[in-house]
Amino acid sequence: MLKYVSKRLAYTLLLLFLLTIVVYVIFGFLPVDPAKISCGVHCNPIAVAGNRHRLGLDVPLYEQWWRFFLGIFVGRNYGEGAAAFHCPAPALGYSFPNNECVTSVIAHAFPYTLSLAIGAFILWFVSGVSLGVLAARFRGTWIDKITTAFVLIGGSMPIFILGLLIYIGAFMLHWIDPIAQGVWISPWSNPIGFVKNFIFAWVSLALAFSAIYTRLTRSNVIETSSEDFIRTARAKGVTPRRILIKHNLRTSLAPLITNAGLDFGGLLGGAIITENIFQLPGLGEVSLKAVLQDFDLPLIVGTTLFAATFIILFNLLVDIAYAYLDPRVRIK
Amino acid sequence: MKPFLEVKNLSVSFQTEDGVVRATDDVSFSVNLGETLAIVGESGSGKSVSSMAIMGLHNPKRTEIHGEIFLNLESGSVEINSAEEEVIRKLRGNQMAMIFQDPMSSLHPYYTINNQISEAWLLHNKGDKKAARARTLEMLDLVGIPDPHKRIDEYPHQFSGGMRQRVMIAMALVNNPKLLIADEPTTALDVTVQAEILALIQDMQKEFNTAVLLITHDMGVVAEVADRINVMYAGRLVEQGAVDDVFYRPAHPYTVGLLGSIPRVDEFHGKRLKTINGQPPSLISLPQGCAFRERCEFASHVPGNLCATTRPESTLKADNHQSRCHLNLAEVSAISAQRSAN
Repeated sequence: MLKYVSKRLAYTLLLLFLLTIVVYVIFGFLPVDPAKISCGVHCNPIAVAGNRHRLGLDVPLYEQWWRFFLGIFVGRNYGEGAAAFHCPAPALGYSFPNNECVTSVIAHAFPYTLSLAIGAFILWFVSGVSLGVLAARFRGTWIDKITTAFVLIGGSMPIFILGLLIYIGAFMLHWIDPIAQGVWISPWSNPIGFVKNFIFAWVSLALAFSAIYTRLTRSNVIETSSEDFIRTARAKGVTPRRILIKHNLRTSLAPLITNAGLDFGGLLGGAIITENIFQLPGLGEVSLKAVLQDFDLPLIVGTTLFAATFIILFNLLVDIAYAYLDPRVRIK
Repeated sequence: MKPFLEVKNLSVSFQTEDGVVRATDDVSFSVNLGETLAIVGESGSGKSVSSMAIMGLHNPKRTEIHGEIFLNLESGSVEINSAEEEVIRKLRGNQMAMIFQDPMSSLHPYYTINNQISEAWLLHNKGDKKAARARTLEMLDLVGIPDPHKRIDEYPHQFSGGMRQRVMIAMALVNNPKLLIADEPTTALDVTVQAEILALIQDMQKEFNTAVLLITHDMGVVAEVADRINVMYAGRLVEQGAVDDVFYRPAHPYTVGLLGSIPRVDEFHGKRLKTINGQPPSLISLPQGCAFRERCEFASHVPGNLCATTRPESTLKADNHQSRCHLNLAEVSAISAQRSAN
């Protein structure tokens, strides 16, 4: 098991390293010049050249990448003399429109994204699995039909419609205060205020995601219940409840771990639409602004790498969880 | 003394989209403690359906079961078909146990051998996990798993097919059941392993004085281990008797056909094996009269149109030897002797 994990970990690190190259090269070839954009209204070629030097864009691309890569581990200095400033490790670049190191822009935005992802994930996983199990156990009855209807509605409604409907509904009922939205409330000092801030965003995301989990759980539970080892368990005299929980669910939920890991990992990179609707200044909002408003290349590189890291990381976690659940993966 | 298992007029039918499938019809038999009864027949003849009904494992919503299944326990008789599910559940794995055809898929892939056998013991006994583990170890040793101390904590995929079937047998017998149903226990195994598993089942039967119901389509297996044999065709028992009687003096043309399709080492070479022409009838719309009629090479010897119009009842042809055929035992013997002479 330890050997398996360390091997997978080594692959993950290699992948992350390659990722920095790919992301950097892609954005390096974009026809956008950050030096010009950060120059302002009264711009002249000298100022642009100065900016270019300060941003470190006056050296070849591989040299830029190497400075960037080094910066992740040792931090990085920009500019010279009185205008010099330092981004401590892990430095991902400097965002001129924000006048802030990319790392600290991400650090400010990430609590929103993390809170949104965790809350929504708990809601959708619990509700999706429970509904799926219910639908499987009462297959063909009205319970099954109601969950099927839920799956159809939740699964077919795009998040920008679902989220907007929920937002408008909550606003009209005065459950949501647009001015207070987006102000960070710590879950430790004011848990109720924290939940109030996020609950509608959680529900919107959860509705969109849980439909898939309901459907997957239902079909997996039904499929597993016709397995030979379930018949063996029944022949042993195991109670129906224990058959469901011990013999069926562990097998049925294992494939869902893959979905859960990837969905959650993906959300940690920012939920652009949901954050936008509910005015949560998370990573999604930051990325959106960097792309549409500012052409803030360093920030785009930073958030892209950050998001991709989570996806790779959760891929690794999924594989480890799978090995933990299924001994056939664990023991070679 | 009453037989341990008595099945009386068992009929099982399923509702399907195409119509009602009559999987078994009017099946009656019994098994004594210490005795092995083999049920033989082609796929779809109703062998496994009967055994599932005895274990009470059919889904009551989709299955209609008529007739009676008595388990004559020391504490009194229980009729499975009318008993509460909770009553049957407590008998399953305790008084009656089952092993299945495919030991590869019959064990849970995620749990250790100890976990799975211990679970069977803990369900029906008062005791802790330590006691269950000790009992599991004892059973693994008994069924001939080498190095049980080490293997008890392994997973099913680390075992070979034969070893897995031994594990299944250990699990089935962990509570000393009075009845063991073995549903094609050797079909999925290598030929060399088959004999070992059959010998093991016989040893265990002697050890615990178990009633064994052996479901198979392999006449060779029957000859090796069974005391009595029931031949099934299209959901009905067509012949019942002691193994020697049925093998040497078959009373039903279908049994004659089955026996004729087995290669025998004591017969001279160059003789072609016989097959039974045609296919078994659909269980949704059984023909009037004898279900075997259209494949039967003896039908022409029956006077009149009897095979097509009248379904033969199960009648006593000799001592403890019944069959569902309009011909009597002497006639069947004479015709088959004449046929093999040609």
